[in-house]
Amino acid sequence: MSWTKKVLRINLTEGTCTPEPLNMEWTEQFLGQRGLATKYLTEEVPPTTDPLSPENTMYMITGPLTGTMASTAGRYSVVTKSPLTGAVACSNSGGFFGNEMKCAGWDMIILEGKSPTPVYISINDDKAEILPADEIWGKSVWEADEWLHAKHQDPQLRCAVIGVSGEKGVRYAAIINDLHRAAGRSGVGTVMGSKNVKAIALRGSKGVTVNDPKAFFEATTAAKKILAENAVTGEGLPALGTQVLMNVINEMGAQPTHNYKEVSFAGASKISGEAMLEPRESDGKPNLTRNAGCFACTISCGRISTIDPQHFSVQNRDDLHKSYHANSGGLEYEAAWALGSDTGIDDLDALTYAQFVCNEQGLDPISLGSTIAAAMEMFEEGIITTEDTGGIELNFGNAEAMIKCTELVAIGEGFGLELGQGSARFCEKHGHPELSMTVRGQEFPAYDPRSIQGMGLGYATSNRGACHLRGYTVASEVLGIPIKTDPLETEGKAGLQIAFQNATAAFDSAGICIFTSFAWSLEDVAPQLDAAIEGDWTPERLGEIGERIWNLERLYNEAAGVGASADKLPPRMMSLPANTGPAEGKVSGLDTMLPEYYAERGWSPEGDVTAETKARLGL
Amino acid sequence: MQMSLVIDANKCTGCLQCEMACSYEGEGVFNPTKSRIKIFPFHEEGIFVPYTCTQCDEAWCMHACPVEAIVLNKTTGAKEIVNDLCVGCKVCTIACPFGTVNYNADSGKVIKCDLCGGDPECAKACPTDAITFQDANWTGYDKMKGYAANAMPAK
Repeated sequence: MSWTKKVLRINLTEGTCTPEPLNMEWTEQFLGQRGLATKYLTEEVPPTTDPLSPENTMYMITGPLTGTMASTAGRYSVVTKSPLTGAVACSNSGGFFGNEMKCAGWDMIILEGKSPTPVYISINDDKAEILPADEIWGKSVWEADEWLHAKHQDPQLRCAVIGVSGEKGVRYAAIINDLHRAAGRSGVGTVMGSKNVKAIALRGSKGVTVNDPKAFFEATTAAKKILAENAVTGEGLPALGTQVLMNVINEMGAQPTHNYKEVSFAGASKISGEAMLEPRESDGKPNLTRNAGCFACTISCGRISTIDPQHFSVQNRDDLHKSYHANSGGLEYEAAWALGSDTGIDDLDALTYAQFVCNEQGLDPISLGSTIAAAMEMFEEGIITTEDTGGIELNFGNAEAMIKCTELVAIGEGFGLELGQGSARFCEKHGHPELSMTVRGQEFPAYDPRSIQGMGLGYATSNRGACHLRGYTVASEVLGIPIKTDPLETEGKAGLQIAFQNATAAFDSAGICIFTSFAWSLEDVAPQLDAAIEGDWTPERLGEIGERIWNLERLYNEAAGVGASADKLPPRMMSLPANTGPAEGKVSGLDTMLPEYYAERGWSPEGDVTAETKARLGL
Repeated sequence: MQMSLVIDANKCTGCLQCEMACSYEGEGVFNPTKSRIKIFPFHEEGIFVPYTCTQCDEAWCMHACPVEAIVLNKTTGAKEIVNDLCVGCKVCTIACPFGTVNYNADSGKVIKCDLCGGDPECAKACPTDAITFQDANWTGYDKMKGYAANAMPAK
């Protein structure tokens, strides 16, 4: 079967690497990846734990399908208690790290305690070692990756690394694997840095098998065909990546702009997926070099891009890394929106440069862009001045200023370290918490809750703070998947969000990418799982597991003090109407949707998980 | 008709579906390490290049083998390893100018592409047609057609 049934527990305080069996009973209830690691977290890390203390634990975990030939089956998640939100953090990444972990014979790697000195973890099949990282502490992700490959003399080594931002305590530091794939949100890289761990370098040669190969090939081949024939996964995403959304969302007046003051951006087309295909004047090349697939992915939404060699951002970067004049992971919609639309910047190359810096130093571009946008509003309102910013003229639309801020956050210095605490802490510090577009301290993504009502409910209730990847009702409200609903309507959105949230939790626990859910339902996932591992896996069972995971996360958050009390949107969403487009005049209908949501979840009117619901789900 | 694997690196996304299909066919396990076809990422250029044995007619590996463990499959044109004969001496890995014959330390034998007996799994698994299986006499057909389109007289 495609579980190795083995866990590698690394105690950094003691300096030990100990194999232990995977808790197979828990896989029956929580499947794998997101669900299973959350179960481990709730059992091992008290909800009141300080996220940056040695008592916090970090779980890097695969799903049952990870490492197999099922489409997109290279995923792993990092689960821990978030230093940005205080809630459960779960960041999912592609690339080639998750499958390599499985190939080396491990379903999960647990990092607990704190190393007294900077270290990295070397894993070669059964052999695991904690090794000194003094030579790469203080270096970028790219430099560390290069050093590790040279040191181990293995071109096929797979590395997950943090940048300087994560070492310095920037609260939205990401873990970057394979140079530009990220476990991006909620500061999982910050937790890794707090443990003095710079990198995990993996090599696996054991391979992965499945329970019933014949059924597995039938199920995965059929599922790949569905992806290839679907308009989103077979056409839109391969052609333009997630940036296929830029013009669509902007045109429907749902694209937050200038720190959510407005709902459309005049410069959107200049930073869109279509713009990435246009040859530029300087060298005749487009921004996009090629589509890049993560392990086993038959969609390939990933972008490999270059920056215009004449662009101001790269004129002084020769000394730092040659890659600034070569290819790296390019813009996706969320990054282009946060760094561009939200800050009012329509310079495609400036955004690509900022994205490259996020790859190089391990940053979440959503939280970064959103925090800069909030600071820009405060600067324009006179709440902060050049005295606070260290001389940066932080106006909306100023690409040089955005880049300067990005570079400073990346290395956690000066004003950058202050921005690196995230929008909620930054705005609070300067006396205007209402200007922070966050839920549970995590920055909003790229869909306006006034124009797409279901997403507002999604942000408010998301267990990891504001997030589009916990219940992407945009699929229904904009794209009509699986059925078209009216984005301006609040009625029925509670049920819709719950259905998306539960299904997403199951997808996130299986080892596959959530983008498959544009084309697949749990009906398509179940036969693949059923053939890969032991036991009977039906769509109904997966749906129930999804609901169980959601409630488990919620219970942890309740105990951590970020439960129902944090189910709210910033006042701007509730009182400043959308300024244009179909939603003009509308605010979020969260007040109507939230009570319905609690009731349909089987929670109390106050939003607490009830004893009956816990009993029903076996929690 | 003899068929050949045709590789178009411009279409490759680096997803490794081919490597998994190959390792499963050859070793019964999803394991890129055991694949006979390899994808080489060139990060700075942003390019992924699939590479495997091209089944040379006068195959160096076959001629170099001291125990005649590499034989021609007359139907497919593939040069195949006979595992029962291979002694793991690795001379073929030295003889091959392209590096596409490799030693498998787990089995003590060498491995190379055998065209899966005439129905290559890598080509079937490739989602972007970067790897296709075509008439060996016309492996340049699509490329030639592309350039022919450029030479089309203006209407």
